[in-house]
Amino acid sequence: MISRRGALIGASGLLLSGCDRITTSPTVRKMLTLGEKATLTGQRLVTDRNALAPEFTRADLSPRFRVNGNFMPKSPIHASHLANGFADWKLEVGGLVGRPMTLTLAQLKAAPQRTQITRHDCVEGWSAIGEWTGVPLALLLRQTKISDKAQYIVFHCADDFSGIPYYESIDLIDAMHPQTILAHTMNRQPLPVGHGAPVRLRVERALGYKQAKYVMRIEAVASLAGIHGGKGGYWEDRSGYQWFAGI
Amino acid sequence: MDAETSPVTLQNPPEAPQKLVYRSRLPVRIWHWLNALSIFALLMSGATIFNAHPRLYWGKFGANYDQPWLVIGKRGQEGFLALGGLEIPTTGFLGYTPYSTKAIPPLFTIPNYYSLAEGRQWHFFFAWVLVISLIAFLIYAILSKHLSRHLAITSEERKPSHLWQDIKQHARLRFPTGEAARAYNPLQKIAYLGVIFVLIPVVILTGMTMSPNLNAAFPFLLDIFGGRQSARSIHFLCAAAFCAFIFIHLLMVVLAGPINELRSIVTGWYRLPSARKDLL
Repeated sequence: MISRRGALIGASGLLLSGCDRITTSPTVRKMLTLGEKATLTGQRLVTDRNALAPEFTRADLSPRFRVNGNFMPKSPIHASHLANGFADWKLEVGGLVGRPMTLTLAQLKAAPQRTQITRHDCVEGWSAIGEWTGVPLALLLRQTKISDKAQYIVFHCADDFSGIPYYESIDLIDAMHPQTILAHTMNRQPLPVGHGAPVRLRVERALGYKQAKYVMRIEAVASLAGIHGGKGGYWEDRSGYQWFAGI
Repeated sequence: MDAETSPVTLQNPPEAPQKLVYRSRLPVRIWHWLNALSIFALLMSGATIFNAHPRLYWGKFGANYDQPWLVIGKRGQEGFLALGGLEIPTTGFLGYTPYSTKAIPPLFTIPNYYSLAEGRQWHFFFAWVLVISLIAFLIYAILSKHLSRHLAITSEERKPSHLWQDIKQHARLRFPTGEAARAYNPLQKIAYLGVIFVLIPVVILTGMTMSPNLNAAFPFLLDIFGGRQSARSIHFLCAAAFCAFIFIHLLMVVLAGPINELRSIVTGWYRLPSARKDLL
């Protein structure tokens, strides 16, 4: 005889496996990506592509800015750079550019700078306000004579998760935006290692996982297809996070 | 005996079934079910997103080192909900259950395992369904006069004495009968108008206020809601308000006669309830 308890457990099991069938169905997943496409298209349509993210005052700074992602890259190369204060560290800028460049940290600091107090929003829901100083990415891309064929800028990083390197990508709308900087200074101090020393990307109209830390190499590409998992970023490849991180 | 001459049958009409009336038109019924589906999907995928950081703050920023006004968490094998200085044990329901250590257990989340990326995919898909269907419904409701004829509160209903009467009748679980049951009653109108013109718009706007890209384009949204973390808090308070609405809404359906109410929102046809004997 079936007990009421057994029937209840059976029924809820059936219901849950039904839910599983819905959430793991490829058709359903494909349908759900329509929402992401509509968000990207809709936001690009109604927002001014040069609109600046809100900037705050020093009175608004978070008393303590928590780290997102890795606290310390495991790579021995990064460790040796960290040990000698990034004196031999170089940033490569290449891909679909007319004049590839390598820049030392001193050269980056000597270039024209932008300082901004902005809010960092993690995809998890928390926010922290910090002051960032760095070189506008648009400046570097113009100096390297970025090709008309380039559609995305890819940031290759020194950190990894279980041996899989971190990387991120943004489109040219965000790349050429005046607040998009390669920050080497945070709250008027050299960027701490937890926050991406020596250089992290600040792309102020996007969520935290776009703010690539420990940037080693910048690559202009026509398509994201051939890079790592092809979805444009570590979290996009690994867990299916949305490439457009504007919401 | 002739019915016309019998005082008894005059006062107490024959037990003939009350007539079926066409109460809800097709667009209203479609919107109701589309809205019900999207709000359930949004609440459950929103629970997944909440689980990523089950702390709420007021102001422009807020993270682990800052002071939250609400936390759902666990200490060892005990779940709790901390509201300001008050801590409520919630073991087995929130924060900690034998099969989950997340703030909101998987029974109430989409997907029914923890995946922030998938929860977000569901949430933003149904957010679009909510927005588009609300706009379509509002256009229909205005053009068809559904809004002005069926939902708008009449000047008579707006009188405090009338409202008080309606509150007393609800508290006694005495619902309108006969012809009076054709129309929404004042409390019902207030609840529906509140959902359509306050709750859904506020939940959409606070959702948009959490978008860093929309913050750049429409910074006034941050001023309206007092910063991104305040907007996030209001967004989850709206979710709680939806839960309260759904609970009362379903309770009213059950008390007013679930079969009849369900038929009317599925087919449009509603059987007017007979007058209660105790009132005769």
